Amino acid sequence: MVDLSCNIAGIRSPNPFWLASAPPTDKEVNVVRAFAAGWGGVVWKTLGDDPPVVNVNGPRYGAWWSGDRRVMGFNNIELISDRAFDTNIAEITRVKAAWPDRAMVVSVMFPLDETVWKTRLAQIEASGADGIEINLGCPHGMSERGMGSAMGQQPDLIEQVTRLAKAHTRLPVIVKLTPNVTNILPAALAAKRGGADAVSLINTINSIMSVDLDQMAPEPTIDGKGSHGGYCGQAVKPIALHMVGEIGRHGDTRGLPVSAIGGITNWRDAAEFMALGACGVQVCTAAMVYGFKIVDDLIEGLAEWMESKGYARLDDFIGLAVPKLTDWKNLNLNYVTKAHIDQDLCIQCGRCYIACEDTSHQAISASRNGERHFEVKDDECVGCNLCVEVCPVENCLTMVQLEQGSDPRTGRAISHEHADWTTHPNNVLAST
Amino acid sequence: MSEQRDVAGNRLPAHQYEENFTDIKPPLTAHQAVVESDRCYFCFDAPCTVACPTHIDIPSFIYKIRSGNLTGSARNILAENIFGASCARVCPVEDLCEGACVRNTAEDKPVAIGLLQRHATDALLTSGKPLFDRASASGKRVAVAGGGPAGLACAHRLAMLGHDVTVYEARLKLGGLNEHGIARYKLTNDIAQREIDWLLSIGGISVRLGQRVGVDVSLSDLRRNFDAVFLSVGLGDVNALGLADENIPGVYDAVRYIETLRQSADLSTLHVGRRVVVIGGGMTAIDIAVQVRKLGADEVTLLYRRGPEHMGASDYERELAQSHGVNVRFWSRPRRLLLSDGEASGVEVERTALVGGKLVASGEPQRLACDMLFKAIGQTLVPDALDAAARDILDTRAGKLAVDDNRRTSLAGVWAGGDCIALSKDLTVAAVQDGKLAAIDIDRVLRGAGDSSGVQHG
Repeated sequence: MVDLSCNIAGIRSPNPFWLASAPPTDKEVNVVRAFAAGWGGVVWKTLGDDPPVVNVNGPRYGAWWSGDRRVMGFNNIELISDRAFDTNIAEITRVKAAWPDRAMVVSVMFPLDETVWKTRLAQIEASGADGIEINLGCPHGMSERGMGSAMGQQPDLIEQVTRLAKAHTRLPVIVKLTPNVTNILPAALAAKRGGADAVSLINTINSIMSVDLDQMAPEPTIDGKGSHGGYCGQAVKPIALHMVGEIGRHGDTRGLPVSAIGGITNWRDAAEFMALGACGVQVCTAAMVYGFKIVDDLIEGLAEWMESKGYARLDDFIGLAVPKLTDWKNLNLNYVTKAHIDQDLCIQCGRCYIACEDTSHQAISASRNGERHFEVKDDECVGCNLCVEVCPVENCLTMVQLEQGSDPRTGRAISHEHADWTTHPNNVLAST
Repeated sequence: MSEQRDVAGNRLPAHQYEENFTDIKPPLTAHQAVVESDRCYFCFDAPCTVACPTHIDIPSFIYKIRSGNLTGSARNILAENIFGASCARVCPVEDLCEGACVRNTAEDKPVAIGLLQRHATDALLTSGKPLFDRASASGKRVAVAGGGPAGLACAHRLAMLGHDVTVYEARLKLGGLNEHGIARYKLTNDIAQREIDWLLSIGGISVRLGQRVGVDVSLSDLRRNFDAVFLSVGLGDVNALGLADENIPGVYDAVRYIETLRQSADLSTLHVGRRVVVIGGGMTAIDIAVQVRKLGADEVTLLYRRGPEHMGASDYERELAQSHGVNVRFWSRPRRLLLSDGEASGVEVERTALVGGKLVASGEPQRLACDMLFKAIGQTLVPDALDAAARDILDTRAGKLAVDDNRRTSLAGVWAGGDCIALSKDLTVAAVQDGKLAAIDIDRVLRGAGDSSGVQHG
């Protein structure tokens, strides 16, 4: 049996799967259902100071669908909790008492007013909660009031507010970062300087989901008008992976515990984030689309995979992919691959051919002896992988390393030495 | 009528007729269409397009369904096949586009191309929106003999290309086999006529109903009075079984019966036997067998002299018959009719086998009693009725008109297509392609870009 127990900055949970601060963690009834389903923890939907915010009464969500209406991307314009602070605290207290082994983290968003932080954090601590998450990422509505991502986009404010929180609570403090920045590192460093025990990322991305071409208005549309919202769901996972990876590999931020968020839908997504250094993950959109039961796959799939790999506990594989994340300039230019088509698996759709012919390197032929037949021309193939990506059949097209002889495209002998841009003769800045 | 033969109408409760003859393949809902369209891989040089006799750009029309561009989708379809709506229903897609779909390789389940084509073309016909303009008038006039799919496809393309067309149709209704010869449950809601009304709306096509070429107007008149002639007269006679006394009560012609069935306003008035035997192995044999079951026949036996792999009807059609309770007996042929009071009361059936490539009788004959016996073993062209000149352009071996790849006959200024030509594939979609190819060639000739002499006969 593998051990899935998780520890992020001292916050413990029986598994690394938390529900992120969002509608699924808004109320006692939801959170109790989530814990009953098996979730390891929750980040309670962000509390603000009283009086509570109000939400729009029109649509709050928008989606981008696949052909069979699978939700690929999702966005929302919902604000933080619109319920009174004390109502939330009373529920948090009851739920934590009833589920002591689960992580109960409370998300907060307050203005830069020390009294508010001092009072509210004390109340949260008294609820029995295990930690605080500072919401510095919400990109819509709250940001117009100088909070959320408006703070999260300014490293000095991140540091200041983190310091403020740390000064008034003994609980671990997680700082939730916004991806609406060009470089995540200054934000993560600011949180670290402010004393953050961990960071969580990514919050949602500024987005307009779609435009209603009849109303000529952005969607979701409220009385004829729309506002940008926060983008999330499966579509944002690559962006989140990159930002988590940057924190994991950068010298100044390496070792800062990370709770990863961004389109996690199954155990594999979670394992990928953890391989890039995350200690645990938070899920929202997948639960909002399918309900809490998906945690079955998250837990079971991760455990099965760990067992098959011989990992006994999460720490055995957390961060294992971090050393493999590097700059482009360090990639081995002597590593040569060619696409290869498995003719037994090929269904003859020809998509590899037309993709390569129209848009890449004219390295696939479409016929042999007058018959429909697709074959890679090694002397033209640059190994770009486009054909692999467009092939609808798994493992039909693969990239095969050329280990011997010479590259028929360049005529150059295959070398087993590493050679990259830093030493390439075309690089005028190369060190000699 | 003989007392032994039980042939009657009103075999079913009134409401049952309508239920039995509704769409055999219901249309996709808008949601189903989008989901299904997402399965198309948008293949390069798509095998489905190659397999389609009219070469519709299938990946493009499906891509447009996915994007909600239904008009553009219908334009892709109708640009190649003006009968796209009925072909979506009657094509043996499992042998054509869907049979070629690459999805068969990996998962044995092709994209439902036929149903998607119907989705796009139905939307267009419902809107009635015109899609094609006419080129500037050429001043040329073309006669089309026969208003079935081949003739009307030719007429429409010629009208598009700027020529004026006159269609001579022997019946009092256009449509040919599409209107008169295909199972009623495949073309419901008057789709065949609605499709024709839409295609005629392009203008430049005048229609003469009740004008049989060879009887009411001669081919030589047409050649004299028009700049070009397209013959798409179909086939006249039903093939004989080659048995003695086959023109007696109790023996029926499947084509005529289906024609009556298609035009009937009240199906309960159609007389149908309790026990029915159908002889044949093509689409018409299946269509009559299934339809008499749907009219209330208790026992329907289809006799086919060869095996399932030789059948003209597709596997889908054969399974359709079997799932409707038709007893399909392979390797069986009629030896002689059983008579009672001068009427056919049954058939003596002999088993057959292929010996050295020849079909021979094997085993003891069996007697099969029936109230109705349908001949569905194909039709032949009656060239004499057409014109004396038509005899000169006959492919004597096929018994049909000889044409070249452009559908030209060896008579100057005469093209031909559809079921009456030797190249015929017995398919609506192939007939449409004949008409289209002929029109393109006629246009080329009328505009002086090519000579009009066709195939040579030796």
